[in-house]
Amino acid sequence: MIELANIKKIYETKRGKLTAVDGVDLSINDGDIFGIIGYSGAGKSTLVRMFNGLEKPTSGDVTINGSKISALKGKALRSKRQKIGMIFQHFNLLWSRTVLENVLLPLEIAGVPKKEQKSKAQELIRLVGLEGREEAYPSQLSGGQKQRVGIARALANEPTLLLCDEATSALDPQTTDEVLDLLVDINQKLKLTIIIITHEMHVIRKICNRVAVMESGKVVEEGHVIDIFKKPQQEITKRFIRQDTNPDSEDTDVALSQLLTEYPEGKLIHLTFHGEQTNQPVLSRIIRQYPVELNVIQGSIQQAKEDSIGSLYVQITGDNDVIEQAIQQIKNMDVEVEVINDVTV
Amino acid sequence: MMLQFNVLAASILSQYTDFEEIDWNKMWEATKETLFMTVGSVIIVFILGLAIGLILYETSNQHSLAANITYRVVSILVNVFRSIPFIILIVLLIPVTKQLLDTMVGPKAALPALIVSSAPFYARLVETGFREIDKGVVEAVESMGANKWQVIFKVLIPESLPSIAAGITTTTISLVGFTAMAAVIGAGGLGNMAYLDGFQRNKPAVTLAATVIILIIVFLIQGIGDRIVRRVDKR
Ligand SMILES: Nc1ncnc2c1ncn2[C@@H]1O[C@H](COP(=O)(O)OP(=O)(O)OP(=O)(O)O)[C@@H](O)[C@H]1O
Ligand SMILES: [Mg+2]
Repeated sequence: MIELANIKKIYETKRGKLTAVDGVDLSINDGDIFGIIGYSGAGKSTLVRMFNGLEKPTSGDVTINGSKISALKGKALRSKRQKIGMIFQHFNLLWSRTVLENVLLPLEIAGVPKKEQKSKAQELIRLVGLEGREEAYPSQLSGGQKQRVGIARALANEPTLLLCDEATSALDPQTTDEVLDLLVDINQKLKLTIIIITHEMHVIRKICNRVAVMESGKVVEEGHVIDIFKKPQQEITKRFIRQDTNPDSEDTDVALSQLLTEYPEGKLIHLTFHGEQTNQPVLSRIIRQYPVELNVIQGSIQQAKEDSIGSLYVQITGDNDVIEQAIQQIKNMDVEVEVINDVTV
Repeated sequence: MMLQFNVLAASILSQYTDFEEIDWNKMWEATKETLFMTVGSVIIVFILGLAIGLILYETSNQHSLAANITYRVVSILVNVFRSIPFIILIVLLIPVTKQLLDTMVGPKAALPALIVSSAPFYARLVETGFREIDKGVVEAVESMGANKWQVIFKVLIPESLPSIAAGITTTTISLVGFTAMAAVIGAGGLGNMAYLDGFQRNKPAVTLAATVIILIIVFLIQGIGDRIVRRVDKR
């Protein structure tokens, strides 16, 4: 169990005070894959660095399994850090060391007996699928392979918590998915808690079970990933989801605002299905029951960790009263409906 | 006119190639003295430079008042000693050397000045080398629970090894040049040979031979240095 209580971080800069993290409360359960999403500068890195004391909160406490990380110093903090792994966007491997030597490093630091070091490192290299590359130097590896070394290295001292700061942001989509799969794999095999920082909703959807959305140092929305996808509350969350369910969201947004101006009489609605409902013939039922026209603008289905999520943009025209009834009927079928009045990009 | 020029050229050339004039035993002694001064000072410069470079790097990264003051003081000292022309420094340090070594003759007497002039220079190169290391790498190792010494010996030094090696190569070569100037305090070496035997006794061949030997030493150092740099650089 990890708890953040009213965390604030204020930096003194030349241009005055800068509040990077502004009163964050979070609790993360053991075994969670917890995502923290936000745009650049939201304070995600600052926040995640508090979990292993690389950054001290200006006020508030970080508690991991009952011990206050934010109050630890010196030796006590260093020995705690050995049980918290961390991986980075730019991998941060030592180029002067081979793959094997990089994985040995945390074991050397922890003072693991020499004999055990080597077999432990070999085992981890196997776990991340880099067998045979032990003697390669980082400069000879691809980005995905480098991140695998980063993961092996982070797991060396059998941590209970793994922190990932934009761990896939420097990777192509294919490699990103491979690394994400590996993270899920170790989450299950090793039963460790993973905290993932990202600015891609895709990463959250694929592997997280819970998510917190950060904006200007604050957590503006938090909950189970499926719930957030079904019922996003904040505009920023909706934007993240829109960008994920439809990578060309710029285009959709343009198309939507055009339709909005072209057909002021109709209504544009965004339907979100999940799980079983994705199989329901929602639209055809509506057409049969109500004298309305439906015009499907864009649709997609996406796989989340625990469920699948469908997204549909529909233009609905007809009598205003009938439209309202139809929308109510869709809602009754347990499908999320959002009436789009204006498109905020 | 043309003829005159040719005769002149031939006479100059004959002076430079009058190898009979060279006392090769003395030349070998001088070579050994030069090597002694270079190697002796380089060992201490290397250790001192690393230490001072490390102090500069560490104190510039910390925000405490003590660290700030240390950085300023060390930084000023380094800049001062680096800026004093060697030929002046060596004279300036005569009393210190006398006190320290109890002697002012022989190649040993040049060591303090050689070290004082080169260690600050090398320290700056080392500091720059440390600075070039990705901060993220240092942080990654700190996140594993490493202490200061582990960071120094497992990250800072290994990751800046190419800079450290290239830096000591440059420093050594400039030290060879400095040893030649050590002649002014009678420290011996090839510079002494070139000046006293070659110039003052008017034997240009001796000067030429001393020059060639110095060049060979410099090229050897550069060659070995480059090889080491290439060997340790896995980037
Ligand atoms: N050491 C520091 N000193 C001063 N300001 C800082 C420091 N570190 C971060 N900040 C500021 O704090 C804010 C949050 O930064 P942070 O790195 O946590 O954002 P982020 O959400 O991780 O962004 P990104 O996606 O770009 O990595 C930014 O405005 C940043 O400029
Ligand atoms: Mg960041």
